Formats: sequence, structure tokens, C-alpha cells
Amino acid sequence: MSRPSDLVQGTLDLLLLKILALEPLNGWAISQRLKTVSGEVLQVSDGSLYPALHKLEQEGWISAEWKASENNRRAKFYSLTRLGRRQLQKEAADWTRLSNAITQVVRLEEA
Amino acid sequence: MRMEHWFYALPLRIRSLFRRRRVEQDLDEELQDHLQRKIEESMAQGLTPAQSRAAALRAMDGLTQRKEECRDARGVTLIENTLQDIRYGVRVLRKSPGFTAVAVATLALAIGANAVVFGVLNGLILRPLNVPQSESLYAIQQGNDKSTWESYPNYLDVRDRNRSFDGVAAFNISEVGLDTGDNPSRAWVYEASGNYFDVLRIRPYLGRFFDASDEHGFNSAPYVVLTYGYWHTHFQDDRGVVGRTVRLNKHPFTIVGVAPPEFQGTMLFFSPDFFVPIVNYEQLQGESSMGVQVLNTRASRFIFMTMGHLRAGVTPAQAIADLNSIGADLEKKYPKDDGQMTFTLGQPSLAGDFLGRPARAFMAGLMLLAGLILLAACANLGSLFAARAADRSREVALRLALGGSRNRILRQLFTEAILISLGGGVAGLWGSVVLLRWLSVWQPLPNFPIHVPVNPDPNVYVVALVLALVSGFLFGMVPVRQVLRTDPYQIVKAGSTGTGGLRMTVRDLLLVVQIAICAVLVASSMVAVRGLARSLHSNFGFNPSHALLINTDLNMAGYSGDGAAEMQRHMIEAVKAIPGVASTGLVDQPPLALGGTTTLVFTDQTAEPRVSNAVAQTYMYNASPEYFQAAGTALLAGRALSWHDDKNAPRAAVVNRKFAVKVFGSVTGALGGFFKRRNGTRIQVVGVVEDGKYLNLTEDQQPAMFVPLLQTPSSSTWLVVRSNRDLQQLAAAVRSTLRGLDPGLPAFIQSWTQALDGALFPSRVATVALGVLGLMGAILSITGIFGMAAYSVSKRLRELGIRIALGAQRQEVLQTALGRAFRLLAFGSAAGLLLGIAAAKVLAFIVYQASPRDPVVLAGAVLVMLLLGLLATWIPAQRALSVDPSRLLREE
Repeated sequence: MSRPSDLVQGTLDLLLLKILALEPLNGWAISQRLKTVSGEVLQVSDGSLYPALHKLEQEGWISAEWKASENNRRAKFYSLTRLGRRQLQKEAADWTRLSNAITQVVRLEEA
Repeated sequence: MRMEHWFYALPLRIRSLFRRRRVEQDLDEELQDHLQRKIEESMAQGLTPAQSRAAALRAMDGLTQRKEECRDARGVTLIENTLQDIRYGVRVLRKSPGFTAVAVATLALAIGANAVVFGVLNGLILRPLNVPQSESLYAIQQGNDKSTWESYPNYLDVRDRNRSFDGVAAFNISEVGLDTGDNPSRAWVYEASGNYFDVLRIRPYLGRFFDASDEHGFNSAPYVVLTYGYWHTHFQDDRGVVGRTVRLNKHPFTIVGVAPPEFQGTMLFFSPDFFVPIVNYEQLQGESSMGVQVLNTRASRFIFMTMGHLRAGVTPAQAIADLNSIGADLEKKYPKDDGQMTFTLGQPSLAGDFLGRPARAFMAGLMLLAGLILLAACANLGSLFAARAADRSREVALRLALGGSRNRILRQLFTEAILISLGGGVAGLWGSVVLLRWLSVWQPLPNFPIHVPVNPDPNVYVVALVLALVSGFLFGMVPVRQVLRTDPYQIVKAGSTGTGGLRMTVRDLLLVVQIAICAVLVASSMVAVRGLARSLHSNFGFNPSHALLINTDLNMAGYSGDGAAEMQRHMIEAVKAIPGVASTGLVDQPPLALGGTTTLVFTDQTAEPRVSNAVAQTYMYNASPEYFQAAGTALLAGRALSWHDDKNAPRAAVVNRKFAVKVFGSVTGALGGFFKRRNGTRIQVVGVVEDGKYLNLTEDQQPAMFVPLLQTPSSSTWLVVRSNRDLQQLAAAVRSTLRGLDPGLPAFIQSWTQALDGALFPSRVATVALGVLGLMGAILSITGIFGMAAYSVSKRLRELGIRIALGAQRQEVLQTALGRAFRLLAFGSAAGLLLGIAAAKVLAFIVYQASPRDPVVLAGAVLVMLLLGLLATWIPAQRALSVDPSRLLREE
């Protein structure tokens, strides 16, 4: 319900894992990063971000830690775990396979 | 991968469960931080603080819902919610202690009944004998009647010629006189084949067992193996007992070992005191028994049971085929002795089908009734829960209106049901464990080592708890539809009193079902009780009141042959001389005393008697002349036996009416007629007596014959003493008289009525069991009707108040308040009685003379149900009548 309909099911996990693979970030920074890297094409509502993060944490793919943020406020920083890195590789590979397949289908010449 | 997952996840779960407040704070802080930054961002774009805050919350798309989603992600909400439900449920139940107590007690009764019945079923039928690899141990049964009895020569043939068993063992149950140096006493023994312990694969607890290598012909193995229990009680755990010599019926025997505590023989009900080799049969039975000849006689099927482990890879069907081929050969070789030699296999613990079939049928019947009790209890609780749910419809509506999900509300109601069912289950299980433990040490018959090994085991616990949970779900399910259909708007608006008439139907149906079930139970228990009452007053063919039975065995005291006969006459004369004794008879075994000798008889015209051309199988008693008088058996024609019927006189017998009709066609035709026994002896019928019961009360009428003591002597001696004196005083006098004759004579004295306990035991047990179940049915129907009546009165209290205020008469008030309850009661009872009549046909199988169409039973059941209804509605009716309209109307 909170997940935007144009975001393919499951891709939010992939995006979050990828972003956190680059560096540990807090929730706010993740939402900002999502907007910039996708050129504002992928709209992820603030509401759906946190449940998704908490789910990834429970899966053991990311871990959280309270640290001082850049403006000296206490914030919860998420970073990728070893398990998460493996999950990211798997999901990335899956995604490449899927998008290649769909691209080929889309490029089919109409008779 | 999974392991690593839990490495990360487990600490989080534990933290979520046990540091919930901290986790909640963290979540709140994290989301607030996000909102704060969002607000700052908006304000930087020039919005007012209020606008910024609204925008931030909007972007979050419902803060509370998001938080709930985050909580869901923790994966412990189920546990959390359940704990919450349980806490709430306990609070709710504590607020209505009356309801809770009634519900838990109802269920405890029902679960307890089921646990006890299942415990007995488990102990007697499901649990195998306590021997290694008991699953491959089979009893060998013979012929169409699946008898386990076998003769010694046939046993040897089966043992040596079969290719399907890892050895075949045999045992016989018997009683001997044991003399350990002081105070001679009687003891129960298994006369066992030498290979008995090896075939059963048991190791001795102390010393050694006798085995096949100890058998060197008849009377060659004077050894005793004690059971652990007997060693404990009679030898005080003395380890030096091995090697000791004791006297069995005056013959020296050596104790060689003690069996392990868990082994109590190979028949479930009947554990012996010790084991002795069957090759010493003659010493154990006495010379007059001509034991060696008995062992050598192929037709003498005196061995109680033969059994063995199937060889690995041999199926029961293959074993039966193997046995049958041996049997066919024996039939051909010994046509005179071996009739139908076809075999089947059975469970050894209940003597194959001999006890197994009736026990299974009875237990199945009881289990069915116990199941009905549980069903009735569930119906009862279901209607109580439905009523409560109706009362709580306002609460439910409010929770729905405030956004609670129906799912969550139902879960809450189920939690309450399960709490009650577990409470009832644990209470019922506790009660049943106490009862089963007591049953296990119970000794129903004083002079028989009969016990009921039904100690509860994990099976019983599991079954009880599963039944509790299942019933919790059953009655918890009743209000589900009600909740699902709840329209919060309507109910909050109209209030919970506006229940329509339709809502009641589920509850009504449940009540009718419950009452019907209870009526079945009440009717069947009345059938059983009436059956017993009749069987106690039916004609046994003798009169047990005002009679003493003195049981002794002359063989145990060292008398045999003519010495025994002489001693028997002395005993009769001496007892007859006691003042107040009307008559004294002697018989080798009285009827209905858990046993009896049967023999085949042939018509006088039969040239070559063999099993296949016998005219009847008849009970045979060796009796003294005055026996009929002492026993109170009526002579129909001819004369009784006399002391002149001795070895020099022609063979004579008195037969019962059935014998006369079966062998000679009529009583008059029998008188003076001849018949033959298997050994060719011609016997003349000199008298005919009335029919009686011989083995048990439920048998079809059997033929019986009484032969003179002097012509077929027996060392087994039962004196029957008829007297109008007080039997206890008389018993003392008889005891001192017998001691005067021979101080070493073991005698067991009891009144004949007491002695009949054994024969009546199965019917008594059946009656008590059915009676208890009927009582439970009655209790359940009271609580059910009471609940329904009390509820409907309390619901309509205001209406009743108005009616009374408007001048309604008592009768009309009662009609309004309880008419429905009574209509349901009548309907349910009628349905139940019809079912009961059908069910009682099944009962007639178990309980002697149980006739469902008995008008007394039908009227009784109707009366009982009516009384129960009156009783159950009494308090609600009083409440309805005592309504004070002015107070009631003021209150509302």
C-alpha cells in the first residue's frame, strides 16, 4: 500500500542495499540519496522507507548503529552486512537478467 | 545461510521481545528525526511551521500505520499479540469467576473422562506386552473359536516342526501350595515350557532362568523362578534366595532366579507369583491328576497359551500357512484327538481373541460414550460462549469502530476459549492420572492376582491435551459468525439488548444436541444398571445366599488318590456335624468360579468317538451326593448322586436339562439313557437337574453333567455349606473344624455371594463405567439447561418486570421465561431417547440382559430428563418470579 506502484516489487530492497553498499547512511540521507541517484524518477515515499529498512535489518542484510550525524544529532546509521553483500550480488544479478530479458522482448520487431 | 541469518536476526528478535520499550523509543526517535528534517526542508522553502509539519506528515503517509509496519517487520508481533491476548483473556475470565469455574469444571470432567477411558484403552489394548520386540510376538490360536488352549503333544509338534517362529513357548496358569519352611500358603504360578524365557528374550534380574536344557523328561526340572514382586514381598529382597529349596505341594523345588521387575508374565491381567517348568506338571497338579498321562494325551488341551516371535522376514500370513500345513498333517495322523486344526495369530497380552475381542468391543463402546460426553461439553461451552459474545457485542462493536481488525478480535475470543480448554484439560488430566494410578494398584478380587496395569504414560497426556485444544477450538468457533456479522454502526446505535430472534438458533441447536447426547448417556447407563440388577437376580441354577464356600486343595496338603477321597468324606462328615449346618456338599469346582472343566460327550451309538462326531461339549463337575441340596440346585427328575455310586458301581451321572434335551431329546428320554465319553466309558443318566450358569452370566445355556466323586476322584475340593446361621460365625467354626482334621490344610473360606464377585466382575465394571458416564451426562445436561435458562431469564428481566407490573400471573411469567428452555429440553430428550434405544442394542452386547425396550428404562430415562430439567430451571424460575418490577424499572 505504501509502496509506489511504479516501483517494481522487490526493487526497493535492491536499491537500498546498493545505496548502503557505497557507504553507511541514516534514514534521511538514504531518502535524499534515492531521489538524487534515480534523477527523481523513482519516487519512494518517506512512509515506505522505514518499514523496508526495518525489514532488511531483521533479515540480517543490514545492521544499524546509533551515531552522531553530520549536524551533530543522534541518528540511526545503517550499513551492509556480509550477508547483505551476498544478497545484493544475487539481487543485482537477478535484476540484470530480468531487465535484459524484458529489453529483448520490448525490442522485438512488430510483424 | 540460514545460520548466518539467525546470527544477525536472533539478537534483534530477543531485543524486540524483552526490551520492547527501548526498541519503541528508538523507532520513535528515528521517525521524529526524519520528520524534523523534512519540516526544516519545507520551512527553508518558505512554508510556515504548521504547513511544513502537515506536509511532512502527509509525506509519511500515516505515521502510526508506518510504525505498526515497522513493528510487524520485527517478526515478533504474533508472540506479542498473543501475550497481550492472554493477559487480557485472564483479566476477562477473572472478572467472571462463576462462568470460568463452571466452564473449566465442565471441561475438566469431560477431558478427565476421556483421559481415563483412553488410559485404560492404552494400557490394555494399545500398549504391547513389556518384552523385547513385542511387535513380533504372537499368540497362536486354533480353530473357528480362536482358542489359545493346546495340548502338550500338539504344542511339541508345533514347536519343533514350524519354520516361522524363533521358538514357540507355552504356559499354563495354575495354583500350588508353597511351603518355605513355615506357614504353608497358596500361590499362583505359570507352568512354563523350558524355552519360555529364551523365546521371550528376557534376562534374569538375579540368578538364572530355567531353559530348554533343563528338561530331561517329566518331573526332571524342579526349579522355581520368582517374579520380582513376589521376591520383594515374600522374600524381602533377599539375594541369598537363589539356590534355596522350597516345597511345592510337598515336592522339593530349587529357586534358581528372579525375573526383572518390568516382566509380570505374558497375560496382562494375570501376573503369577513365580514360574515353574511345565514338565513337572504332575508334581504341581498332584498324582491323582495323572499329570504325566495328561502331558502325553494329545486330546487334553490344558495348556493356556502358546506363542512365539515371528522370524525376521516372515509375515503373519506365511506363518499361518506354515502352521496350517502342520495342522492338516496332525488332523490326518490323529483323527481321534485333533479336530479342526486351523490356526490364526492374536495378541498375547489379552489371550488372543479370548479376552481381546470383548475387551476391544467394550473399550470402543466406552470411548465412543466418552467422546459423546466431550461433544456435549463442547456444545455446552459453545452456547455459553455464544451467549457471552452476544453480551459483549457492544465491546466488539466499539473495538471494530475504533479500527480493530475482526481478525484480532476473533483471536482474542479464541485465546479465551483456549485458556479455558487448557485449564479444563490440565485439571481433567490431573484427576484422571490420580484415578489411573489408583486403578493400577487396585486388586478387584481378593484371592486372584488380577490387576489392571493402566499407569498413565505420555500417550495419555498427549491425547488429553490434544482433546483439550481441539475442544477449545470447537467451542471457540461458535461465536465466530456472530462477530464476523457484527455491524458496529447498528449495535452502537441500538445497544446490545436489541438482539433479534434469529441469533438464538445456533445456541438452541447446540442445546438440543447437548441434551440429546445427555439423554443417550442417561438412557444407556440406566439400561446397564437395570441389566446388572437383573443379572443379580437371575437364576444361576444354584442359590448363593446362606451358603459358604470352602476352597482347599488336598493335593497341596499331600493327599492323593484314595487318601484324598477318604479325607474328603471326613471333611464332609465333620462340617455336617457343626451345629446349624443344614447340608454340606463337595464339588471339584463350583460353577461361576472363573474356570470350569469341559469335556466332549458322544451318543451311545457312536462306535468310534472322535472330536468330529461328538454330540456335545459339556461342563463336567465331580460332586458329592449332597451337593445339589447344599447348592440349592433343584432336581427335576430321577435321583441325585449317592455314596453307592463308587468305583464298583456302574458309571452314573446327573445332567442338566440342556444336556438332556441336547443329547436325548427330552428330560424323560434322558432318564436311564446312556452316553459315552471319549475314552469309550458308558455312563448312565440317573437324574436331571435344572439349568444354570457355569462360566459367566452372559453365556448361552450350556449343557452340564455332574459325576460322582468316587468314580472320578479329584483333589481340588470345594465344600458348599448351607446354613441359616450367621456366615461369619459359621466360617470360624468351619475353620477350627478343618484345623482339627489336619492343621496343614490350606483353606480359603468365603460366602458364596462374595465368591460370585469374580463372575459378576465384568458386568459390575461395565455398569460402574456406564453409570459414571451417565451421571456425567446428567450433570452436563443440568449445567447446559441451567445456563440457557438463567441466560434467557437475565436477558428478559426487564420484559418480565413489565409483564408483572401489568398483572401477568405466575404461570404466564414462567411460560414466557422458560417455555423455550422446556421446549428445547423436550425436543432434545426425545431425540436422545431414540438414539439411546439404538445405542442400547450395542450395550446389550456388553451388559447382561440389557434390553433397550424395557419400559422401566424408557420411563426412567424420561423421568430423569424431566427431573433434571426441573432442577436446572429451578433457580432461574425463582429469579423470574421474584422480579420486583418497580425496582427493576427504576434501575434501567
